[in-house]
Amino acid sequence: MAEMDTSGGGGKHKKGPGVKKGKKLSTRVDLTPMVDLGFLLITFFIFTTTMSQPTAMKLILPDNKAKPEEQNKAKESGALTILLGKDNNVFYYEGTLQPNGANFKSSNFKEVRDAIIHKKQTTDTADLVIVIKPNDESTYKNVVDILDEMSINVIKRYALVDISPEEDYFLRKTEGENPPPPASAKTVTVTQ
Amino acid sequence: MARPKIPRKSTAVDMTAMCDVAFLLLSFFILTTKFKPSEAVPINTPNSVAAKIAPETNVVMISLNKDGKVFLSTGDSKNDKDKKAEIIRSVNSHKNLGLSDAEISALVRAPFIGTPLAQLKQQARIPVDQMTGEALPGIYVKDSTNNELLDWMRGVADAYAGMKPNLLLKGDNVAKYPSFRNVIDAFRKNEFFKFQMVTNPESVPMGTDLYRSGKRED
Repeated sequence: MAEMDTSGGGGKHKKGPGVKKGKKLSTRVDLTPMVDLGFLLITFFIFTTTMSQPTAMKLILPDNKAKPEEQNKAKESGALTILLGKDNNVFYYEGTLQPNGANFKSSNFKEVRDAIIHKKQTTDTADLVIVIKPNDESTYKNVVDILDEMSINVIKRYALVDISPEEDYFLRKTEGENPPPPASAKTVTVTQ
Repeated sequence: MARPKIPRKSTAVDMTAMCDVAFLLLSFFILTTKFKPSEAVPINTPNSVAAKIAPETNVVMISLNKDGKVFLSTGDSKNDKDKKAEIIRSVNSHKNLGLSDAEISALVRAPFIGTPLAQLKQQARIPVDQMTGEALPGIYVKDSTNNELLDWMRGVADAYAGMKPNLLLKGDNVAKYPSFRNVIDAFRKNEFFKFQMVTNPESVPMGTDLYRSGKRED
């Protein structure tokens, strides 16, 4: 193998007077900046990594075609109806809606949990059913949030139902709109 | 008294080992990072406390974007793509769309199906990189009497005959409820009573019943 003679001359020779002895430079490099760079990139990758994989929330729909007599009847005393409106507004009432809207309460996503918990504590578990009625102005997020609220509060029976014209009327009225009264509820007067 | 001389030591530390560790970690993070694939239909999903990871096989995903447009897509695996071809073929024969084999395979390659049935031929001609949620009109579901997602779900039922697909609904935060209702109507009428909604994970609020029971729904 080819080898390089690094001994600088025959070895026996002494270095000439003109040849300077090469200064030995240290091979050590300061690695601090490199470490800095390394950790900078690590932090970048840690923060940009999406750790959380999307999760999935189950929803089981009832069969519309089931015969009315086979459907679960909700006891009035155990029912809590939650209505979702625009701009994340939440409204609820217990039992059935009184014609003058006396038991129609407005709320929001923070406070509705207390109403659900209160209802859950004061009602027999077998009777408790929560009816969720989003109106046309509510968003998908609102619906998911309220369904999530059901799992947060461990509500076993709940239903996603279309809003009735009367309820939509009350809801829009409370939101400050001036909707035309529903055909079936022309006599309803709202006391505010 | 003469003090003993304390030899002054250098404060410079050998950085080599630390450098090694830093770059080892760096290479680990670079290799494990999976960059989010750029989505043709950008959707901001809501949060939920559900802890179950969304399935990735036998997936039929209905996307609902912020304008209420509906798109249908399947998983990326070969099996899922085959199912997608079956779905398209089934819809093609039920609705007499007259799609050619080339058009069907073009639609299978497409990231999603996002046009009314009448315009499927046009969608098959659009290059894949130009298919975005903005450009396409979405599957026609606006009207509950003429809900084309019904036909698609029938196709899904045909393609997955005897099996249950993982039906996923991925909706945007600001999508309005009526389009969501039309989508679940289409599910219900084809007897898909179970579906899953894609969400981002969220921690369970303290002091609630679910927090106390300690088990999350999955």
